[in-house]
Amino acid sequence: MATKKTYKYSAAVLLFLLLATWLININLGSVSIPFKEIINIITGTTAENENWKYIILNYRIPKSITAILVGSGLGISGLLMQTLFRNPLAGPFVLGISSGASLGVAILILGSGFLGTYLGGFLLSNWSVTVAASLGSFMVLSVVLIAIKKIRNTMSILIIGLMFGSISAAIINVLSYFSSAELLQQFIFWSFGSLGNLTWNELIIFASIISISILLLLGSIKPLNGLLLGENYAISMGINLKKTRNLVLIVTSLMTGVITAFSGPIAFIGLAVPHLTKLLFDTSDHKILIPTVALTGAILMLICDTIAQVPNSEYTLPINAITSLFGAPIVIWLLIRKQKLTM
Amino acid sequence: MAIGYCNKKGTHFVAKNLNIALEKGKLVTLLGKNGIGKSTLLRTLSKTQYKLEGEIRINNKKLYDIDNVSLSRSMSLVLTEKIPESQLSVYELVALGRQPYTNWLGRLSKEDLIKIEQALKLVNISDLGDRKNYELSDGQLQKVMIARALAQDTDIIILDEPTAHLDLHHKIEVFKILQRLVLETQKTIIISTHEVNLALQLADELWLMTPNKFVTGTIDTLIENQDLQNLFPEDQVRFNTDSKQFILKK
Repeated sequence: MATKKTYKYSAAVLLFLLLATWLININLGSVSIPFKEIINIITGTTAENENWKYIILNYRIPKSITAILVGSGLGISGLLMQTLFRNPLAGPFVLGISSGASLGVAILILGSGFLGTYLGGFLLSNWSVTVAASLGSFMVLSVVLIAIKKIRNTMSILIIGLMFGSISAAIINVLSYFSSAELLQQFIFWSFGSLGNLTWNELIIFASIISISILLLLGSIKPLNGLLLGENYAISMGINLKKTRNLVLIVTSLMTGVITAFSGPIAFIGLAVPHLTKLLFDTSDHKILIPTVALTGAILMLICDTIAQVPNSEYTLPINAITSLFGAPIVIWLLIRKQKLTM
Repeated sequence: MAIGYCNKKGTHFVAKNLNIALEKGKLVTLLGKNGIGKSTLLRTLSKTQYKLEGEIRINNKKLYDIDNVSLSRSMSLVLTEKIPESQLSVYELVALGRQPYTNWLGRLSKEDLIKIEQALKLVNISDLGDRKNYELSDGQLQKVMIARALAQDTDIIILDEPTAHLDLHHKIEVFKILQRLVLETQKTIIISTHEVNLALQLADELWLMTPNKFVTGTIDTLIENQDLQNLFPEDQVRFNTDSKQFILKK
């Protein structure tokens, strides 16, 4: 019986696509650099132009790695939340975790206006934004976790998450109303999302957190597969539901919080990538889905970033707008084609 | 063994003073009206719902002392709830029954593969392996869920109304499969059902739940003690002791 399909071929295609989109991504940008030179710079052979070398090594490559991390991290978060909540619409955004991060940053940036220039300037370093975003998302997560303890119905938890999104948006509106144009602009630029702001040092920390998170989540593959049959069956098969739920929620929130902190709120990837992958691979097995979702997310994010870069022009469009422009039609197309989304 | 149990709000006893003993290799059917507490009893027995009073023992071990993984190796369930939508194939779904035995990644060993094949064969669905679960009819899906419980390789299988939504043909088929399993594998199978007449023909033992009492026994002892005759209110159905069937009152 041909029951165990092999996914090696498809995985190879995805890996090839990742490499291709990565090369295209670093090949295109506001400055046109010959492809041969780029290969030379990557492989470490002598470069003709020091400026090009600087652009590639300190701007384009970190940006492309950020795109890969953001895409895979958000994709995996979305996938796991969709299974955990048995809801095809679940994702980091729907649960209010990203909104929490935005709220944290809003309070930091917009609130710094009330603290005077010295303290305000001190607070606004790159790191404080990261910390504020993480704190914000962790706060929402804690409330969601408390709600989970009290409420058995997973649908209610989702609605609570949505309510948190609304509350955060409202507080941000109030803060914006009282803020100076300068600070407001700073916050809005953050909320556009940006992949290009990370230094190599930050990138190393970012990459470590995402990798550790994904490694931790590998332990949830088996229980999540069991959860495909619903909570009661999962328990009857010996799965520790509480442990799984806490692990998945804490780790995905951490991941979403960190991603939002470093690159701003990036919409739709978390929702669209898992569905796209499930459609392509026609499976619900998380052993296959976790790596393929990570690859698909990375590829999609690289493509979005390449488009946002508007090659050979000096403009950079907000990455957040591009992912939504990309993501929303995909979800609509899936709904029309499949009539329904599954887990 | 004595069990008391309840609903969430306060201590609302659905039934008290239940005394049940169960032997290996028996097909037991649990009969009673809607809302009498059949599912509550099965949930309590399977540790999905907390008992109110008393004690449940499996092989002389207290149910609440057994951890979930060990319990999942001695008791499997077929529930009434619908499984969430997914892309799981029949084979994958049945293979999930092996979770209590697989490693942290859920990797299937040779033994697992053999058990899965056996489970599929026992309920005659070997040819459905590659189908997706959403492509199946209710009858086929129910057999798949039974195969999944079989793959779990437990001494006890508890099924909550496994024949609801099925046509007569599939109802009989499911019951026959369960009866054959008890004979061939010496498993203990507990079914709650509304198929009284089928249960009377195929079960080894009956558990009857009525508002006032809970009785267990073989069909003959239950007839002798007038218990079957009192299962339903007298005004609509009547128990015919000769044919051992319920018949409508004209």
